[in-house]
Amino acid sequence: MYQIAKNDLPALFRKISETKELYLPVRVADQVNFAAYTEDADVSLETLKTVKSPKDAFFPQSETLYTCHKEENKLSITPEELQNQEFVVFGIKACDVKGIEVLDKVFLSEPVDTFYKARRDHGILVALACNEPEESCFCKAFGIDCTDPKADVATWLVGDFLYWNPLTEKGAALTDAVKELFAEADDSAVQKQQETTKAIVEKLPYMDLSLEGWNGDVLTEKFDSPLWEELYQPCLACGTCTFVCPTCQCYDIKDYTTGSGVQRYRCWDSCMYSDFTMMAHGNNRTSQMQRFRQRFMHKLVYFPANNDGMYSCVGCGRCVEKCPSALNIVKVVKAFQKEGGDK
Amino acid sequence: MQELVNRAKELLANGTVQRVLGWKAGDMAYNPEPSYFESEADLSEFVYDAFCGANLSKYMIEASKKEGKTLVFLKPCDSYSFNQLLKEHRVDRDKAYIIGVGCKGKLDIEKIKKEGIKGIESISGIGMEDACDTLKIGTLYGDKECSYQDVMLERCHVCKGKDHVVFDETLLESRDTVDSERFHEVEKIEKMSPEEKFQFFQKELSKCIRCNACRNVCPACSCRKCVFDSTKFDSAQKANVDPFQEKMFHIIRAFHVAGRCTDCGECSRVCPQGIRLHLFNRKFIKDINEFYGDYTAGEDINQEAPLTHFEFSDREPNEERG
Repeated sequence: MYQIAKNDLPALFRKISETKELYLPVRVADQVNFAAYTEDADVSLETLKTVKSPKDAFFPQSETLYTCHKEENKLSITPEELQNQEFVVFGIKACDVKGIEVLDKVFLSEPVDTFYKARRDHGILVALACNEPEESCFCKAFGIDCTDPKADVATWLVGDFLYWNPLTEKGAALTDAVKELFAEADDSAVQKQQETTKAIVEKLPYMDLSLEGWNGDVLTEKFDSPLWEELYQPCLACGTCTFVCPTCQCYDIKDYTTGSGVQRYRCWDSCMYSDFTMMAHGNNRTSQMQRFRQRFMHKLVYFPANNDGMYSCVGCGRCVEKCPSALNIVKVVKAFQKEGGDK
Repeated sequence: MQELVNRAKELLANGTVQRVLGWKAGDMAYNPEPSYFESEADLSEFVYDAFCGANLSKYMIEASKKEGKTLVFLKPCDSYSFNQLLKEHRVDRDKAYIIGVGCKGKLDIEKIKKEGIKGIESISGIGMEDACDTLKIGTLYGDKECSYQDVMLERCHVCKGKDHVVFDETLLESRDTVDSERFHEVEKIEKMSPEEKFQFFQKELSKCIRCNACRNVCPACSCRKCVFDSTKFDSAQKANVDPFQEKMFHIIRAFHVAGRCTDCGECSRVCPQGIRLHLFNRKFIKDINEFYGDYTAGEDINQEAPLTHFEFSDREPNEERG
């Protein structure tokens, strides 16, 4: 394990960004999101949760796939270049790392998504352990240890130092490139901080959230529950929950008319939207109740059914914080639990 | 708060209303949700406190399609939205039993968190019977305090007043919360150079993730199918593909609600990226006031609306501003 003084972090960021694009939590107009590092970026490592998850780094909200250009009678098609330069995502939390694991299941299984894969191949994840989890966090319910993130490099901010521990080959190569800024360290300070944080995790209000009864085998039972009709009522049908979510992976493909051609792009879609998965025959979910149900069924039933029991929620709690109507996956799980208990 | 529950029970019991639209207690101190209550038993979960910021008027569009009357609790500012929807024939007055409920200023959880308060386990001082001076906040990281006034929603600092513009009866007292000048922020932006203005809005709007929360919560946005959702035109947009589109959505929306926006502030309350969207609408309100005389959308349903009514004495559009 290595250490670097907090005060020297700008030098570390500068050093990394000399050879690689570096994304990290940056405050812009009062909100912290992952953004490219620049000399004058207002980096905020103290922010526990960025508004959006860092999934943009691998699955951007909008990306061009190819461009068609028409000149007289000639049509040319230019595919978008794939990511071919290494880049670093610094400060990603354990829940969001797990979120990328969820995305991997979707985009790296056959047929492999080449755009996503190119970014995954070239992306280096430097995770940052959580020190002060908040009341909306429930990553523990999904077996995630926020004090011990598993990425290419794991880091911890303790006192005046950042501790750095490479875990993969990619992580070791990045470490070699910046090693001159580091001093060797033992892990006693980190262990102490981990203990402190774990004690807080035990006290979190959602600590006891149980996912019992949610798995790939309960499709009909959960789908047909009358509870959905009640639960969806306050939903405004906006896409906030899906767009701040680290695991939501649905997208739409659209054309942008450039005048002399077409830019074909894909962008995040939301199951909350009225034209979600609309086909020639129409839409297979015609009510907001059905669209609302889709989101939670996908995360807690359909995804585990298709991915060896893996849920596609990581308990980051962004939806808990951001839903305009204060709805969220925790309330859904609790409502089903209560219903079950009442019977 | 118990008065509200008691009255709701009475009105349900005597058959005046078939359901109640109010707020249901959340699982945290600050996350009550809009909710329907169909029975006396349901009402055990009813709550009305400083975090019941959600404006329930827009839900009345759907409630108007339901069988029988819905009892709805409207805060003074919410009642303007309801009235405006009434004027636009989007809600049915006969389907609503309105209890105008008092308000002591609603709180913004984001502002509390901005004060560095995290790991919130409990918040006291948020009830209608409380003094509204100090909030005592129990957190995982020790007990904290903050001033009620400091963490109110932006709209409450420029509150339209304690009176409801439409109601069947009123309950609970309101509190005077105004401590800012409503158009102050707009004036600050007006004084910027065109480049500064552009920079300001560029920075704000580039945060937009196109979640449509501002549109969907907006009582003035009541189109059955928004042009930005329509698959029949080229106007459908799911993401901001370029900086132009980032601005287009918000500017078109601001134009569309101009003269109808009651400045309820819901757009800014719900924006996950903290974009100060109300500034657009407030600029239009300020201009309309200056051009056609003071006008408050939703205040009086019989009043002619400035942008849908013409008089020969109206100023020409290019006068002064070119």
